Amino acid sequence: MSGPLLVAKGVTKRFGGFVALDGVDLSVGAGERVGLIGPNGSGKSTLVNCIAGTVRGGGSIEFDGHDLAPLPPHRRIRLGIARSFQIPRPFASMTVLDNLRIPLLYAARAHPLLQRSRGRETEEALSILRQVGLEAKAGRLSRELTQVDMRKLELARAIASHPKLLVADEALAGLSASEVDEILAILLEMKGRGVAVILIEHMMRAVLRFSERIAVLVVGRKIADGPAETVLRDPAVERAYLGQ
Amino acid sequence: MKTSSFTAIALCTALLVAGTTSALVTNDYFFSASYTVLQFVVLATAWNILGGFTGYVNFGSAAFFALGAYSSIVLDRLLEAPIGLSILSGTAVAALVGLGMGYLTLRLRGVFFAIATLAFAEVLFTFVVNWDYVGGARGAYVVLQGRPPLGFRSFVQFLFAIMALMAAGAVAIARFVQTSTLGLGLAAIRDDEVAAECSGVPTLRLKLVSTTVSGGLMGMAGATFPYFLSYVEPHGVFSLSYAVNSIAMPLIGGMYDWAGPVIGALLLGGLQQVLQVNVSADWNLFLVGALLVVFVTIAPHGIMGWTFRRGRRGRPT
Amino acid sequence: MSGPLFANALVSGLLLAGFYAAVSVGISIAFGMLDVVNIAHPAFIILGSYAASIANASMGADPIVTAVALSPAFFALGLLLYRFYHATFERRGREPLRGLAFFFGILFVTEVALILAFGVDYRSVTARYIGTTWRLGTVDLPLRLFVPFVVSVAMTLSLQVFLSRTFFGRAVLAVGQDQLALQLMGVDPVRIKQIAFGISIATAGVAGALLVIIQPVQPSLGREYIGLVFAIPVLGGMGSIAGTLAGAAILGVATSFTATFFGPSWAPAVSFGILLFALAFRPSGLFGR
Repeated sequence: MSGPLLVAKGVTKRFGGFVALDGVDLSVGAGERVGLIGPNGSGKSTLVNCIAGTVRGGGSIEFDGHDLAPLPPHRRIRLGIARSFQIPRPFASMTVLDNLRIPLLYAARAHPLLQRSRGRETEEALSILRQVGLEAKAGRLSRELTQVDMRKLELARAIASHPKLLVADEALAGLSASEVDEILAILLEMKGRGVAVILIEHMMRAVLRFSERIAVLVVGRKIADGPAETVLRDPAVERAYLGQ
Repeated sequence: MKTSSFTAIALCTALLVAGTTSALVTNDYFFSASYTVLQFVVLATAWNILGGFTGYVNFGSAAFFALGAYSSIVLDRLLEAPIGLSILSGTAVAALVGLGMGYLTLRLRGVFFAIATLAFAEVLFTFVVNWDYVGGARGAYVVLQGRPPLGFRSFVQFLFAIMALMAAGAVAIARFVQTSTLGLGLAAIRDDEVAAECSGVPTLRLKLVSTTVSGGLMGMAGATFPYFLSYVEPHGVFSLSYAVNSIAMPLIGGMYDWAGPVIGALLLGGLQQVLQVNVSADWNLFLVGALLVVFVTIAPHGIMGWTFRRGRRGRPT
Repeated sequence: MSGPLFANALVSGLLLAGFYAAVSVGISIAFGMLDVVNIAHPAFIILGSYAASIANASMGADPIVTAVALSPAFFALGLLLYRFYHATFERRGREPLRGLAFFFGILFVTEVALILAFGVDYRSVTARYIGTTWRLGTVDLPLRLFVPFVVSVAMTLSLQVFLSRTFFGRAVLAVGQDQLALQLMGVDPVRIKQIAFGISIATAGVAGALLVIIQPVQPSLGREYIGLVFAIPVLGGMGSIAGTLAGAAILGVATSFTATFFGPSWAPAVSFGILLFALAFRPSGLFGR
């Protein structure tokens, strides 16, 4: 397809009197690895929510040629936008395996309710769990998982929806160095499948390793957007992180 | 087990039970008490589709039950309709109202939805009390004419057989919902609605299906009520006891599985029938309320939660 | 529509509104600020009514005196109830509907317990002012409405002052918005919530005593007030006392007009109908949070 996968123009969001996003533009091409950074409260999660559809804001967002404005979140994910949550939100009463069957049946299939679920999706679920290293725990209840495993499950669920764009919202927060490496490996692998990734992170080392391009949000505005080295040497970015 | 097999077995069991008891038991009180217990099986199962499976608490079960009852009364007044037609219409009216009410209220947070259901029940009650065609506050009489059909010895036996079939049907529907893709989606909504929506589950659509099916089945249970009692008046039909029982029974039996409401209804319903003979109706209600409070505090997964530690949903693979 | 009839309906409505504010201010605190869905709030109101009625019958005590005397007891009851609720339901995390079912059970059990103890007959109170009616031009001012109105408004306004001017009050407002910040200031959020919930139940007790001045009560009356108790904060905005007064005014006048022009049997539907309407269109209320 020609043109970028995601085109967000002038995205604005107010919560009462507080302006969370003030006219943010962001484009992401197919298979691209974009890092999104910024101090706390800069609007990164709000931007994710606007893209995913859990929050309604101003401006326009187009994905794969479709205008997202009239679409509720469940339609957006079926178009190919997946997001993982900052604080993992597994389906607590279900097994790890069942957690994956939901996006496999509802996001990745054309007519989920019309199909007799003959368990075919179970094979694919197990294969995805294998990729993230959770296959052994497929039968465990998701609420019994460790923090790291829950993060992996979040990503596995996102992968199971067959996305074209995956937005990972602080998937690495609070993890140890080796755990970070595990998760990053999964994300890096996405490019190989043609999946674009927006990585929202505070951990600079991980952002540098991962991103082809970095966008910086400060107080709801994008102040920089370009190759990693250029952006991080930008004096405005330095000021944002150190000068405030 | 496939759904069709289960449904066939359930219906046949119901017919068998109805047939043998009708032939062997002469005490009509048995049929009357059993009718009431089976009615609770339907109500509890229906409630649980929206409550336990989807996670939306409905305090207005009485309203849907009443819709079924009053649509039978209206049809009786208008056409002296046969009982089959009344059952169909009661189910349809309640299902439609469930759909409509769902459409208006399901965008609300779960808590507001629950309060809205209570409000809805009260508003409906007020309308019915002021509606003279169905008797208003004075109530209405519905009398079955002639001989009991199909060779049953009494109308109560006949109604018991119908209720047995309805219970079998409701249970089969609940099991189908639970084990289907729809049920998986409902469980996702129950566990985390936002995450479900973001996983591709069309939450509003599925919730509407849930309220429609749940409401319809409750109306089905109410459709034969006027024939059973012969006299129906608003305070009785809208009694809070229906709301409390339809919550307590699935809670006590286990809300995550179709079998839970059945267990809860048989146990709690049976207990109430036994107590009713010895103890006043008010002590009866006190017991139900107290059990509700106790179970929700110490055993929220009910009896099935004790026995099935892993709390799994039965899945045919 | 005759002038005096209209004027009287309006005045009754406004007097009732004051009382309605007292009835629902507890929910504004419990649900609006603490996120506790205490659907059993009306049960505590009725308990207050019965307490006032019994004290009145056995000792000739004025209901308002009883209300004030018993408010520490209701406060303590609220403290304990919140302790239990928090330990059992809030700490376990995501299952808010369990708490809802719990309070529903409490509501129900309280109603049935009252029936078992006292029967279904209506109870009322006698006091010097109940039969008296003042006259202002063409408008009647029945004291059985006016006295509760005065007490209600006094109570609601003092609550507003407490919440906005005292440390504890500000802590209550804060705990609904940012528990972490409160903890960082060295304040235990659970203690604050306990106190707030205690206040909530105490207001219910007082409202109950006022209720029995306005009309006779019987155990199932509580249920009719559920609609009111939630409609007002939803209309006026959860957690806003000013909003509660505004919502109460709307509901009071609407109920009064309905009762006057359509008949009292339609009155309960008014509060529930308005609640449904408010939920459908403005869940965050007029003064949204």
